[in-house]
Amino acid sequence: MENAEKILKRHPFFEGLDSELLKIIASCASEVRYRAGQMIYEEGDEANQALLILSGKVAIEIFAAQRGPLVIQTLDYGDVLGWSWLFPPFRRRFFAKAIEPTTAIALDGKLLREKAEENPRLGYELLKRFSRIVVERLQATRLQLLDVYGKHS
Amino acid sequence: MVSILERYGVMRGETKDAMLTTPYPIQRFKKETHDTFTLELLSSNGDDGFGFKPGQFNMLYMYGIGEVPISISGDPKEAGRIVHTIRAYGSVTSRMMSLRKGDMVGVRGPFGNHWPIDNLTQRDILLVAGGIGIAPLRPVIYHILSNREKYGKVLLLYGERTPGDLIYEDQIEQWRGRFDLEVDVTVDSAREGWRGNVGVVTILMPRIHLDPANTFAMICGPEIMMYYTLEELEKKGLKDDQIFLSMERNMKCGIGFCGHCQLGPTFICKDGPVFPFSKIKHLFRKREM
Repeated sequence: MENAEKILKRHPFFEGLDSELLKIIASCASEVRYRAGQMIYEEGDEANQALLILSGKVAIEIFAAQRGPLVIQTLDYGDVLGWSWLFPPFRRRFFAKAIEPTTAIALDGKLLREKAEENPRLGYELLKRFSRIVVERLQATRLQLLDVYGKHS
Repeated sequence: MVSILERYGVMRGETKDAMLTTPYPIQRFKKETHDTFTLELLSSNGDDGFGFKPGQFNMLYMYGIGEVPISISGDPKEAGRIVHTIRAYGSVTSRMMSLRKGDMVGVRGPFGNHWPIDNLTQRDILLVAGGIGIAPLRPVIYHILSNREKYGKVLLLYGERTPGDLIYEDQIEQWRGRFDLEVDVTVDSAREGWRGNVGVVTILMPRIHLDPANTFAMICGPEIMMYYTLEELEKKGLKDDQIFLSMERNMKCGIGFCGHCQLGPTFICKDGPVFPFSKIKHLFRKREM
């Protein structure tokens, strides 16, 4: 695998992050690959990882009795999968499945939390970046709930 | 300044009254989805031309039911055919779903201004469509593809509710296969097995690469979708006068007389439906309007 720090530096999620912090984050990183159709995690699993997607496509699914699995979002290059590792109770809320062969950088959540406790600057940077994703997804979810293309929108 | 009556030649007796409906027979009825259909109309009185510009609309009348404003979604080069793709949202459009080949539809139009496509040669063009908003943008795509060498990079982003609600699916697949057109589609929700994107149309924005100095955007869809799209375009560096929106209000007369479609000092039917964002920014998403 190419130097993790270099890959992280190029990833949109870490755009503008200084090399000192990138180095720390890179020490928690490893490359992972998933086959098309492979489940990455399931609802209720312990959340110990964030995945920075480098290629491929991942579907976030929710299972509804009577309706079966519903895809609520897809993620691809530049997106980040999973923030539950950052907030108690550190459990996955949804299912994540690769729908195309997918390559990602996995960040070890437990290790990152420890390092963030030791280094508040790192902790603040991580929180800022993951909070932005949470806000963006919340806004997108609100739009989905509005059913803007529906009859009564 | 030319008055509306003069513009339509009513006072000079040169053209038909803008309020007069002309009957056209349906040549083809195509069901696009469970609630969306396309009507192709042919002139019943032998005139071989129905010129329109991409972005304009007609008032379609269903006898005894009512009249509705519908964007023209056909190819502007094919003057003999009037094409409308309609989503059955209201009482008139729902009844129109029962129309079939040979039935008559009344047409007034074309009304309104148009996408400024003739002024954007050599530019990169970004088209963002939400839901039935793809229909008023389709003539733009036809025009660009007929004059492909005149335009730079062209991107189409299309958001829909579910995979089953996607319209022009076959055509979009063809466009996807072209090397000179970038097309990306997303739906708000999907069942397992859908291999495309899921999420609102704005999720597609961070994935595209634009030259902010040379790109012009045209957006058509629900206002709230356009609002979030504008935010993303601002992040991409596009200025307000590089963005055009097609606005929708309750259009009735089509020529700015009745005031039903008034938005502040403008009439959507007469001054629009296409506006540069810079012109309507102060009116856009105002709660009272």
